[in-house]
Amino acid sequence: MFYSLGKYLLLLRLSFRKPEKFSVYWSEVMREMVSIGIGSLGIIATISLFIGAATTIQVAFQLSSPLAPMSIAGKIARDSTILEFSPTISALVLAGRVGSSIASQIGTMRVTEQIDALEIMGVNAPGYLISPKIIASMTMIPLLVIVSITLGITGGYIACVFSGDITPGDYIAGVRDGFDGLTIQVALVKAIVFGFLISSICAYQGFYTSGGALEVGQSSTKGVVYSCVMILFADLVITRVML
Amino acid sequence: MIEIKDIYKTFGENEVLKGISANFQQGKNNLIIGGSGSGKTTLLKCIVGLHEPTKGDVFFDSENFTNMDFEQRVPIRTNIGMLFQNSALFDSMTVEENIMFPLNLFTTQTTAEKLDRANFCLERVNLEGKNKLYPAELSGGMKKRVGIARAISMQPKYLFVDEPNSGLDPKTSILIDDLINELTEEYNMTTVIVTHDMNSVMGIGEHVIFLHNGEKWWEGSNKEIAKTDNQELNDFVFASKFMQAAKVKL
Repeated sequence: MFYSLGKYLLLLRLSFRKPEKFSVYWSEVMREMVSIGIGSLGIIATISLFIGAATTIQVAFQLSSPLAPMSIAGKIARDSTILEFSPTISALVLAGRVGSSIASQIGTMRVTEQIDALEIMGVNAPGYLISPKIIASMTMIPLLVIVSITLGITGGYIACVFSGDITPGDYIAGVRDGFDGLTIQVALVKAIVFGFLISSICAYQGFYTSGGALEVGQSSTKGVVYSCVMILFADLVITRVML
Repeated sequence: MIEIKDIYKTFGENEVLKGISANFQQGKNNLIIGGSGSGKTTLLKCIVGLHEPTKGDVFFDSENFTNMDFEQRVPIRTNIGMLFQNSALFDSMTVEENIMFPLNLFTTQTTAEKLDRANFCLERVNLEGKNKLYPAELSGGMKKRVGIARAISMQPKYLFVDEPNSGLDPKTSILIDDLINELTEEYNMTTVIVTHDMNSVMGIGEHVIFLHNGEKWWEGSNKEIAKTDNQELNDFVFASKFMQAAKVKL
């Protein structure tokens, strides 16, 4: 385990060595941003709407006491969405979508000697392949989380309109009641950390692939599984430290 | 010129290369031949720095490449072109982008100049007009030629070729061999070719090294091969009936 951790840290150090040419790396960052950000928008929008709606209905169902105002459902749904559902569930979904793509892309390049070709040319292969993906993930995943929060809360509103469990007025009142900006900060810190974990762990798994197609698949699976475990661990640590 | 001195390479308990020394001369096709598992590709990877030798040194024009760190190796690496066994073209890039890739990173040329160079290299390998195709749209022989075009785009001093004929039909194999031979003369490169194709050995093997069980077993030219009394080399080169018949004529 310590051997792998050391290898992972060394790979990260190599990844952030001075680029051969900044403009080439910059265009790679832009390409990755489009792939990770725009490419994941559909799935993030879909899961956020459904999770926001389901959360609101469940909270409303559990508020059976006539003493508790129904607007509390909006407040709980808002905080749950901002603090947990949007950053963490989005990250777990992105580990599957973005992480597996990173691991299999780099793994395939390794087994087809494309990484060797980069090294022969004098290109710092970890820098060229990994750093743009890490930078793009750490930039785009927080933006996706902001979109997810917005759509999650919107999903809750739509659920109120169609289910009638809470009135839309109560929901909006709850969403606006006692809002603390710290929750957004926590969500963004989580998103940045999760972005780093997904891209770096999956890139590490892909970069050290050896063998053929079977091993590329295994690297991709390992990358997703390890990223998910580390996301949940980091989620706990950040929540404990910041709240 | 490339000089290798006493190269050893061990993977765990397995000693793959056992003290190989050789000189690869400029302007010549230097062939490394040997059976499967004899250490040819490992030796090539040790020379270009993809594997670090367990012991021994590699000199590129008297500069000790083995002792250099990554940054120090870059100027030598930009003078190296390499054609891989499976071509190793970048899948996500077009033919033109593949050829322009090293130019983008290591030169200050304008886009027009880089395009001119890419077109020149494509013409040189008889693939003019294929600029916008992706590697997946090319045949095996075309991929090899694009690989060669990318390898020569920086006008290298050293060209390394790993199994140039694998997976190609005999006619295309000869075309690739002839192309490598012409480019070696044209650019006065030090060319090192790993192969077990006997047509290549007899056709372009100006300087041949035969490896057997990780050791240098024989060294000479293709003209000397037929006269050698080295049993292992004879068994390897003249294994087929066709080559045995050719040997009689030689």
